[in-house]
Order: sequence, then C-alpha cells, then structure tokens
Amino acid sequence: MAVKEKSGFAEIPALFRRMTGDEKHEWAAASTLDVLWVLYDRVLDVSPDRVDDPDRDRFLLSKGHGPMAYYAVLAAKGYLEPSTLDTWTAWDSPLGQHPDRVLVNGVEISSGSLGHGLPIAVGTALGLRLQGRTARTFVLVGDAELDEGSNHEAIALAGRLGLDRLVTVVVDNASGTHGWPGGVAKRFEVEGWQSSTVDGRDQEALHAAFTQEHPGRPLVVVAEIREGEQR
Amino acid sequence: MTSMRQVFVDTVEDVMRHDPRVAVVLAEISRDAFAPHERVINVGIREQAMVGVGAGLALSGLRPVVHTYAPFLVERPFEQVKLDFGHQDLGGVLVSIGGSYDDPVWGRTHQAPGDVALFDTLPGWTVRVPGHPEEVAPIVRDALAREDRLYIRLSLRQNAAPHPVVEGFTEVRRGARGVVVAVGPMLDTVLEATGDADVTVLYATTVRPFDAAGLRAAVDRADRADVLLVEPYLEGTSAHPAAEALADVPHRLRSLGVRRDAELRAYGTAEDHDSAHDLDVLGVAAAVRRMFGHPVAAA
Repeated sequence: MAVKEKSGFAEIPALFRRMTGDEKHEWAAASTLDVLWVLYDRVLDVSPDRVDDPDRDRFLLSKGHGPMAYYAVLAAKGYLEPSTLDTWTAWDSPLGQHPDRVLVNGVEISSGSLGHGLPIAVGTALGLRLQGRTARTFVLVGDAELDEGSNHEAIALAGRLGLDRLVTVVVDNASGTHGWPGGVAKRFEVEGWQSSTVDGRDQEALHAAFTQEHPGRPLVVVAEIREGEQR
Repeated sequence: MTSMRQVFVDTVEDVMRHDPRVAVVLAEISRDAFAPHERVINVGIREQAMVGVGAGLALSGLRPVVHTYAPFLVERPFEQVKLDFGHQDLGGVLVSIGGSYDDPVWGRTHQAPGDVALFDTLPGWTVRVPGHPEEVAPIVRDALAREDRLYIRLSLRQNAAPHPVVEGFTEVRRGARGVVVAVGPMLDTVLEATGDADVTVLYATTVRPFDAAGLRAAVDRADRADVLLVEPYLEGTSAHPAAEALADVPHRLRSLGVRRDAELRAYGTAEDHDSAHDLDVLGVAAAVRRMFGHPVAAA
C-alpha cells in the first residue's frame, strides 16, 4: 500500500520523535541516516507503488538493529503512514527493533542477525543478472558486522563473479572490537571490488560515491562516521 | 543402477531446459555431476554464503536448488536456513546427499543423522526421503514446480524396488497386531524383519508434513494401537507427530533410528553402522518381536 504524503529531509527529526520521544539528538546520532536518505532520495530507482516491480532497485538493510532511521526514511518517502511510527515496537505494530519484510511495505529483507544481508544481496544481484535485469542491489552493513565470516565468504564470491550491479555500503563507526587495520575498504579491494571511502555525513560525497561507474566489478562505499559526531 | 544423486542432477538439468526460473547453488560437492551452465553456481567451500545466495536468488524471482553434503547443508549454515529462507518467507529446494552415514570411513564429520530433527524446529518445511532412485525424479520435479520450502534427503541406501510417490503413507502390507512405519530406505529392512509378524507396514517418502490421518487410519484398522517407527535418521525424530496423531487413543509407540545416546566413534561400512544402531534386519526384527510377537515376549 502506497502512502500519498511525502516529506523532505527537514521532516526527519519529527518522524524520529514519533518513535523515540523528545530525545533531542537521537535522530542526528543515527549513523545510517544520511546514507539512507541519499539512497532513497537520489539514487535508488524505487517507489512505494512499485514494491513488487521486478525491475526496481533493491535496498537490503543488513544492519537491522536500530532501524529508526530506516523507518523514518520509509515514512518520509511514502512507504509507511507516519502515524504507524507511533506504534513502534508495540505488540501489534509492524515496526519492531528489527525490520520484517513480511510486515513492512518496501522492506526487502528481514534483518537483525548479523552476517546475513551481504550473502543474500550477492544472490539477489546474481539472480537479477541471470534474468537479464539491469536493477541494482544495494546492501548496508556495519563495520562490526564484518566480523561475521559469512560476509567474507560473500565478499570473495561477489568479487570473483564480477557482480557490477552490487553496491555494499559499510557504515563504519569503528565499532568492531578488533578493528580492520588499514581500513575496511582494503578487505574488499583485495577481492576485486572497487572502493570509495567517504564522510558518512556528507550527502554530496555519498551521492558521488554511490553513482560512480564500476564496470565489471562490485562497488563498496565505506561511509565513515566518527564517534560523537553530530550534525 | 543410477544413484539418487545422478537422478537428482539429471532431473534438475532436464527441468532447467524449459524452466528459466531454476538455478542451482553448489559448494564444490557434486560440481562435476552438473554440466556447466550459467544457472549452476559453484560458490566454492562457502556453505553459509551458499544458503544466503540461494535465498537471494529466490528474492530475485528464481527457484533455487541448494545442494551439498548433509552436514554442510543443514548443520553448519543452520541459522541461514532458519532466517534466510524461513524468516524471509522465501521458497527453495534444499537437497542433501550422505544420509546419516552413507560413507562412514569419514567418521562423524560427514554424518548428519540429526538433519530432519533440525528441520522439525522450523515451521513450513516439507521433508522428502526417497527410498529408491526412481522415486527421486517425481519428487524433484514436484519440488521445482512448487513455490515453497522443501528438504530432500538423498542417500546411497535404497530399497530393491521403487514405490509410487504419494503425499501420504502407502500401505505395503496389512496386518492385525499393529503398525510399523518405514521411512525411505528402511522399507526393505522392515519388510524382512516383519516377514512373519501380523502387522501393517506403512511406507513413507514424505515425512513432513507427517501423515497423521494415514497413521490413524492404519491404527484404527489394527487390533491394537501399537506403532513402531523405523527411520534412517535420529531415533524418535517422528515420535512427536506420531504421538500427536494418536493423542486421543491409548497407544504404545516405539522408535528405531540412529541412536541418540552416544557418538559412535567407528568407521567400517554403512551396514556395520546399521547393526550398531540395531537398524539391520536382526535389530529391527528383535524390536518387532518384542512389540508385536509372542504374548510372553510382549508381556
């Protein structure tokens, strides 16, 4: 079901407040917010009335915990009635602490358990390619999520398969306990990915990174969010 | 005779010729059994990614077949099976080889007697256990034509002759003293072990959903509500649905299968393991005698 009303980025704080109350900086602290906004506002070929269109772009939120920014963007873009945000995590709400594709319009995967989204995205990109579709697949993971070995299976595989319509966005807020010496992007580059590392709060830089050409290979965009950084 | 695996491969390749939805994901195992094809994807030794990739193919609109040795298909990536297919509510066909101990020289690493029991912790899966290579083609064709989630358990163990593949249990023999359910490759052993017992023998290739109505009807026809389950995987795997099927009937239920109480650290042959688990004719016949035999023995 598509919702008619759409909102701009300026509406995001109000949408956030419907879930989190009056905590002033909650919305600004959400590390995924700018990435999600740029993708849904300017990059993805998607819309609420095309959620079953086989040629739509796919956005897979693998980092499914703390999905308030995701829900706020979906509401701003007309996938959700903003009033649904008021029911967040209630018994009969479609909006949980982890998103559920069966319950929420426009949500491509049910996530929250780490290390699942990237392998699924590889399969999705591969399946779209096998069917001759040009739709792109974007998947958002966190830097700590890269600890999961399943992601490294998928990173190697996607590189070898040359999945040039797959884009992985790593929101890097340096939350992995043991870290990634030399930076996250290196892990992808060695497997044949093209990479860009940008300021995860710089919407213009994110847009440029997401829309760059990457013929013959998958693309990783590392969106760096530094600790304590607020808008 | 052509193996179950070869029939599986031949059938999938045949269906792929006219159904562009079908795609296969492998993790090295059986890579040489499939002819090269753009929709046969070998991901290397990456079983977690293999299951996730299968789910992603389903998300893109394809009908994925995910195949490897049973422990690497079901046990290692179990959370992927649970979340990437079940929780996403996606369809797919998971096909294992190796059974419980098809090739015991490899030891515990290559044995998966708990696979069907694991699927019992997940809602919405159909489980098929063929007992003969000729039963594999109709099972695989049906699975590829559907939209839902199926697990097909292939094995080197097999009965001498096939039976028509049906959804529920097939009555192979009728008797008065009770009912024996033989799953897949256990049928010949059960038929030999019950040769002089007055019991009904039901044959099952579809074990989930469990044919509660079929079991209940067979029990109703017998003089006593005594049921012996003989399964090629973990002992008592189907005891729960069998007990549910007979919930309002005073009954006796006994389960034979791969024993739960010990990890058997032994190699040898599959037949050696059958006998260690009392799953050979001798062991099954002894259980049949105790349950359905002479009144003194049954007391």
